[in-house]
Amino acid sequence: MPKDFLKGARDAYDVIVVGSGLAGLTAANVLARQGRSVLLLEQHYKLGGLATWFRRPGGHIFDVSLHGFPHGMVKSCRRYWTPEIAKAIVPLRRVRFDNPMFSLTTTYDREDFVRLLVDQFQVPQATVRNFFETVRGMNFYDDQSLTTGELFARFFPGRDDVVRLLMEPITYANGSTLEDPAIAYGIVFSNFMAKGVYTFEGGTDRLVTLMHEELLRNGADVRIHCDVQRIHVEHGRVNGVTVNGRHIRARSVVSNANLKSTVLQLVGDQNLDPQFVQETQAVRLNNSSTQVYMALLPDARVEETTGDLLFSSTAPAFRTDLLLSRDITSRTFSFYYPRTRPEGRPRCLIVSSTNARYEDWASLSESEYEDAKQDLIRTTLIALEKYVPGIGEKLDHVEASTPRTFEHYTRHHLGSSFGTKFEGLKVSRELPNQVRGLYHAGSVGIIMSGWLGAMNYGVIVANDVDSLLMASSRTPSSVGSAPA
Amino acid sequence: MTPADIREVVLEILADIAPDEDLGDLQDASPFREQLEMDSMDFLDIVMELRKRYRVQIPEEDYPQLVSMESTVRYLEPRLREVERVPS
Repeated sequence: MPKDFLKGARDAYDVIVVGSGLAGLTAANVLARQGRSVLLLEQHYKLGGLATWFRRPGGHIFDVSLHGFPHGMVKSCRRYWTPEIAKAIVPLRRVRFDNPMFSLTTTYDREDFVRLLVDQFQVPQATVRNFFETVRGMNFYDDQSLTTGELFARFFPGRDDVVRLLMEPITYANGSTLEDPAIAYGIVFSNFMAKGVYTFEGGTDRLVTLMHEELLRNGADVRIHCDVQRIHVEHGRVNGVTVNGRHIRARSVVSNANLKSTVLQLVGDQNLDPQFVQETQAVRLNNSSTQVYMALLPDARVEETTGDLLFSSTAPAFRTDLLLSRDITSRTFSFYYPRTRPEGRPRCLIVSSTNARYEDWASLSESEYEDAKQDLIRTTLIALEKYVPGIGEKLDHVEASTPRTFEHYTRHHLGSSFGTKFEGLKVSRELPNQVRGLYHAGSVGIIMSGWLGAMNYGVIVANDVDSLLMASSRTPSSVGSAPA
Repeated sequence: MTPADIREVVLEILADIAPDEDLGDLQDASPFREQLEMDSMDFLDIVMELRKRYRVQIPEEDYPQLVSMESTVRYLEPRLREVERVPS
């Protein structure tokens, strides 16, 4: 008989959280701390969603998305998790750019960027100050009609080099493009500029392990290998889920699954207003990625001056279509030195990431797919040779992931690695008005993406859920009939 | 709770939210944001903490009432008048 991953689970909870990405984990933890009974369900065998890692023989641990987040993570981890987690957040000192327009290394904070823009790029001080003040003043409810490209044209007309410096890291961080709303750029850029780029000492594995322990301490019921097939709606209210074939009741459900799969598959359109269904269908997904994971031989090292993050490109200009093309010209290298995991075995690893389109990979036959992956590895190593001479001889392990890999592990439609485009936020926020007690928290609309955005969105939604639970526990006619 | 109790409670919550800030010279009439490094997430934390401790519901449209200590106490006073203070 197969193992029962729901053994001992109760028949009813205050909240069921579907999916354990950073938004789901954080929503579950906040609600458990508020004293709610919480069941967290994850289909995969590991918690974390895209905040994930994998091990390979030789003592290598690869981080899939721990490449750098803003300082705001310190506060969010201290408030919504534990001081121990917050204390492990450490700065990355060397962010490097190398392309046909310029080569430089920066601490990637406002002070250093002002210096670079004024001294190296010769932009007038007043323009730089104005630009920083403008993006810092942006709020997510502001006008969306201005695009990032238009914002740059207003401040830095004809300066493709400046645009590249300002845009390339944000595209890497959240998949946004020059065609997306400027506020999506401004908010994320300002978050980074406040104090630079940070990482988690101990790696993603330690972070997610500490989060799991904290969830259990707060009384949450956490289950892996638990695939939710259905979110049930009755008379306009959510009443539970079917998971691994079992029905479990809940007064509220938070879905951390992809927004479109949540609405269109888990809930289903028979329970929703047709116009809302149409709006959901119209939400565009963000692009996916390819990555190449490289582990160096146990004794091999990369010079730390190589940088923590390296934005490398051979493309003459910065253009969205060039970034997504299978004919790769731009790669972001994330270097992991032994200090990433001070307690672990000393290893150097490099992860190369490039934005990619699902459709370029989906139609390949198995043999074409394998060839394309080998080609991706080969061209990546050639590009890396410039920064890590002799990389070929230093390698212990190398492998590639594609949009198909992302789709396989996260079940995100089209392997989307940055959630949805900006319009997803409106649909995500509207869901509880469609179905009472049903919420979505996850990467929608770029500003709610990335590690910090996802975590904070989980808190915002947890607050809504907590408020609803308190209100509904006062009315005897409510779903509050479920044992608390 | 009296207005003085409510002020103490809000100070306790602020001390948890902003452990690095000196709250000793907080001006009650001036906005929190002008005196402390606070963002919208911090205000959400205050709302959640008040709900947890005192079961007081603050709808989103009322968040602007939490702009300063003075306005916060004034807003909470009728809602917490009949409520006993609990140890933090």
